[in-house]
Amino acid sequence: MAVAREAEPVGSLHEVREAGLDREDLLGVYRTMLVTRGVEERGHILYRQGKIPGSFYTGRGNEAASIGVATAMGPDDVGTPLHRDMGVHITRGVEPWRIFAQYMGRADGPTKGRDGNVHMADAQLGLIAMVSHLPAMLPVATGCALAFRIREERRVAVGWFGEGASARGDTHEAMTLAGTRKLPIVYVCDNNQWAYSTPTHLEYATEHVADRAEAYGFEGVVVDGTDVLAVYREAKRAIEKARAGGGPTLVECLTLRMEGHAVHDDAFYVPKLMFEQWAESDPLERFRTWLRGHAEMSDEEEDEIAGGVKKLLNDALRRADESPQPDPSELTHGVYASLEDLDTPHHK
Amino acid sequence: MAELTYLQAISDGLRTEMRRDKRVFLIGEDVGVYGGAFKVSLGFQEEFGPWRVLDAPLAETAIIGACTGASIVGMRPVAEMQFADFISCGWDQLVTVAAKQRWRAGTPVPIVVRLPSGGGFSGGPFHSQNPESSFAHIPGLKCVCPATPEDAKGLLIAAIEDPNPVLYFEHKHLYRRIKGEVPEERYTVPIGKARTHRDGDDVSVITWGAMVYTAEEAARQLEGDGVSVEIVDLRTVMPWDKGAVLASARKTSKVLVLHEDTRTGGFGAEIAATVAEEAFEDLDAPVKRIAAPDTPVPFSPPLEKAFIPQVDDVVKGLRELAEY
Repeated sequence: MAVAREAEPVGSLHEVREAGLDREDLLGVYRTMLVTRGVEERGHILYRQGKIPGSFYTGRGNEAASIGVATAMGPDDVGTPLHRDMGVHITRGVEPWRIFAQYMGRADGPTKGRDGNVHMADAQLGLIAMVSHLPAMLPVATGCALAFRIREERRVAVGWFGEGASARGDTHEAMTLAGTRKLPIVYVCDNNQWAYSTPTHLEYATEHVADRAEAYGFEGVVVDGTDVLAVYREAKRAIEKARAGGGPTLVECLTLRMEGHAVHDDAFYVPKLMFEQWAESDPLERFRTWLRGHAEMSDEEEDEIAGGVKKLLNDALRRADESPQPDPSELTHGVYASLEDLDTPHHK
Repeated sequence: MAELTYLQAISDGLRTEMRRDKRVFLIGEDVGVYGGAFKVSLGFQEEFGPWRVLDAPLAETAIIGACTGASIVGMRPVAEMQFADFISCGWDQLVTVAAKQRWRAGTPVPIVVRLPSGGGFSGGPFHSQNPESSFAHIPGLKCVCPATPEDAKGLLIAAIEDPNPVLYFEHKHLYRRIKGEVPEERYTVPIGKARTHRDGDDVSVITWGAMVYTAEEAARQLEGDGVSVEIVDLRTVMPWDKGAVLASARKTSKVLVLHEDTRTGGFGAEIAATVAEEAFEDLDAPVKRIAAPDTPVPFSPPLEKAFIPQVDDVVKGLRELAEY
């Protein structure tokens, strides 16, 4: 039996305005969705060209979920996005050329070739770089929220995890601490229904992951993760509730992972019909249709946005390709921090 | 200067930093109302309030992870593990997240994890361990192991000031047994610098933590035999003071490495290997190790006595080296 609230889809432009987005914002969200998908599609090309070492992970199908949440965050809020959340990095302003450089292990990637894939973050944009161990970033995000509470700042932390990672103890411990202390945090579950090859019924026994929230003393809500506006509305509510001292919320965004776990995985275990059904609610196409129907997005506007994104990404690829390989003589630098390293904006 | 116990010196160091720097807070199990299992933070919650002295749920992963997150947004957290043994529950947060974040993502993680460690009072397999070697092996972590009250205060302040994750091993057997003069003002003891606990000419003992006192007693016994023993208290296991160890090895030409942790892969192996590599020509005897046997820490007193290196064991080892 479901315990979590199931969110309604978003209807009119009026309703969206009430939630805080004007028409220009909406076109911006659409553009961010195109950039996000475009970055990952070009990543596939780079991979096929042999320019990406190791494997390659994408978040195809998760664009609305990641961008909807990131759009609801305030400039001073912080987050710990994961490997399906490229949209968070793009929304917060990470430049695509640096992401391509990261993919290729070059010196200008945010980790300077020291880590790969989406294991990166620009701390100055309020993001903290993920690790492979999921959901190890949830206790970390919870600690950011604890700091905000101790200092009585009106800032919120957002911690992402997947339905697979919900099985691990870190999730439980983080939510226990946040629940008992009523911390300003929003937990976002990207439930894409497959943890590598493992389906949801082998990861959790409740109807929804968000049903667990009540056990930790806060609200859980399930939202259609392909509906960027519904995700935005629910994330905004949760974030503002946390900011006002109302404690945590668990927002579960239901999607389907539209590709394999990584590029080496053809996802043979996902029923074909499932892919076909979810392809019908592709987040980008869905929002494009909505914008045309409810916000009168014209052919001209659409072409202008698409053209701008194409140019941005082509320029980004060129610039990333010019980025040098990392210098092996610097391998041992920076294992330990110096006092000057603490002097960055996010450390205030 | 006041005479304080080792435990009082730890409290003094923590209180000094919490008074000086509002970013410093303490989180752990039973550290608030109860004042900590060993009473290090007794009275702290009254002075600093419930949001700077936080009673955490029984959740080491959340405690260490929360410290990491809080430090990234500008706090200077101090976590207390009720016993060092429980750090295993927080391994991932320390080793996977905190230790690698600076090197990988450019984000420093200035946290301190206080670890009441060591045996000698029938704590058994889960309340007596000395896990410093495991963490010294992890690039990005620092490990300090003070032996004296003065160092306990100075190293704790240095650890809080340090921009890296620092594991602060406080030996439980020293808490109330060891007293010493401790300056009342704020001071730091540099991380990574050893201290000569006792000057000598014939044999060097390289050690840290409670074993400093075991070595001292053994050295005293050897005085009568005309053997002069130098004791180097490492104070910091990572980064360790290679220069001081090699200088002592070159001075006496005979080295005994002593630690309470188990032998195989213990940090003594690293020290012995380095001395063999870099001071081979200066040695008059093979480097000797005395450490606990490769078993879990036992409960019953006769078993525990057989486990923890005793003064007699060290005396025997020193004699062998002296006669070599």
